[in-house]
Amino acid sequence: MAAADELAFHEFEEATNLLAETPDAATTSQSDELTSREHVAVVVGSGIGYGAEVGEEEDDKTSLLQEEKPQPRFWTFDYYQSFFDVDTSQVLDRIKGSLLPHPGHNFVRHHLRNRPDLYGPFWICATLAFVLAVTGNLTLVLAQRRDPSIHYSPQFHKVTIAGITIYCYAWLVPLALWGFLRWRQGTRERMGLYTFLETVCVYGYSLFVFIPTVVLWLIPVQWIQWLFGALALALSAAGLVFTLWPVVREDTRLVAAALLSTVVLLHALLALGCKLYFFQPLPLDHVVPAPQATPPSPNVLLPSSIQPMTTS
Amino acid sequence: MVMFLRHFAVVSLIFFPPIFSQFAGLSDVSISQDIPIEGEITIPSRARAQEHDSSTLNESIRRTIMRDLKAVGRKFMHVLYPRKSNALLRDWDLWGPLILCVTLALMLQKSSIDGKNDGGGPEFAEVFVIIWFGAVTITLNSKLLGGNISFFQSLCVLGYCILPLNIAMLICRLLLLAGQGPINFMIRLFVVLLMFAWSVVASTAFLADSQPPNRKALAVYPVFLFYFVISWMILTFTP
Repeated sequence: MAAADELAFHEFEEATNLLAETPDAATTSQSDELTSREHVAVVVGSGIGYGAEVGEEEDDKTSLLQEEKPQPRFWTFDYYQSFFDVDTSQVLDRIKGSLLPHPGHNFVRHHLRNRPDLYGPFWICATLAFVLAVTGNLTLVLAQRRDPSIHYSPQFHKVTIAGITIYCYAWLVPLALWGFLRWRQGTRERMGLYTFLETVCVYGYSLFVFIPTVVLWLIPVQWIQWLFGALALALSAAGLVFTLWPVVREDTRLVAAALLSTVVLLHALLALGCKLYFFQPLPLDHVVPAPQATPPSPNVLLPSSIQPMTTS
Repeated sequence: MVMFLRHFAVVSLIFFPPIFSQFAGLSDVSISQDIPIEGEITIPSRARAQEHDSSTLNESIRRTIMRDLKAVGRKFMHVLYPRKSNALLRDWDLWGPLILCVTLALMLQKSSIDGKNDGGGPEFAEVFVIIWFGAVTITLNSKLLGGNISFFQSLCVLGYCILPLNIAMLICRLLLLAGQGPINFMIRLFVVLLMFAWSVVASTAFLADSQPPNRKALAVYPVFLFYFVISWMILTFTP
């Protein structure tokens, strides 16, 4: 027993030497509240459960012990470079995984494999914002083709609004979700919690399915637009729910249901808002009230297109 | 005051010669062989460099401006006929991108007489911000993915490769003088698409080599998106 104790203690010391430069080591290895060495050895060995409580991104670095590399500080360039450590094939694989969710298919565990990246969420949001603005503009062009009385203008401000909305959604909602899950978890050490970056990844990749949907919204038939919208929302929300289910399943039934329905609701609100703001249904036949009601100056484009919505 | 000076002179005459003799003794000791001197003592070349600097200081303004303009023009040629040469990368400058950006933003202004902008085309500041922040974002993305191109070199390449789109904007404005119509639109679409493809090909010829091979597509896609947005702004321009 004494030999085993000594062995465990040496492991612990080696681990502390390897982790000596990270702030986590100070909290895990040198704290005096830890009672048994076996507990300490287990904690250091499997960084996931305990690390989630101490640091955010360091918990997937069980490989840190093998690599013996100090964790870069957040003000160095290398820290952010670690979030872009993906290949083309990995990004494509993650996109495919987000497009085809099925129960038991945990996006984080299967596709991210504890290596979240920031490339996907950032550029998917950028693409979605620009595609929204461009196709919204194209809808206007096509509508003007059918009905020359509608005034066309490039509506460049929509790019700004689209960008701000998408980026706020894709970064603030995961922050709120992650904070809520951390609060619910409390001090229980569980393996199921996702890091902030993984949550951002899940949301970012789940927004990918909206990109082809937005392009398909060019088709001016209303019921096709709603159908595609509902389909995209279902796929995207299903991906989110299947990923979050293992984490909330251990919580009370009420909280789990409330959380999942809030997530789906927010997603639906985003889809609906995009559809209504960027693709206002312009009337095909009866545009007679609109051009006569509005003054000839062109800067009332939006009100003129809202008016048919209220009158029709 | 005069008394003090006299005393100082006397004191200095008494004390300085021994100090000088000490220094004289030191001059016999050759220090340079024992203690290695660190750093560069490049006095002759520095004199040459100073002469070179003073020569560009003294030259006429016309010559200075022409030298910079020629450098910019040479890079324009490199963009128009993209070859895998390092001239763009080695001597980067940001004059060309600035000229191109300002020209594009000016050409994208509506020529409306009443001066009202009805939420229509992009403002000058919007174009400027999109081009420069877009280029900075792409450069950061490329560096984060592990590319070995420097920050300003990448900005330089991205800025210079807007040149085909500037040409497209010029052609579009000239075409729009002839009135709008579907045929006009098709010609403009064709021209803008062609120039967009040229821009993307020119910039990837320079930038793709700096990325590891399994991430080339990840680095090239933002470039594609960037030029796509600029092409969209050009295509949707209505005077």
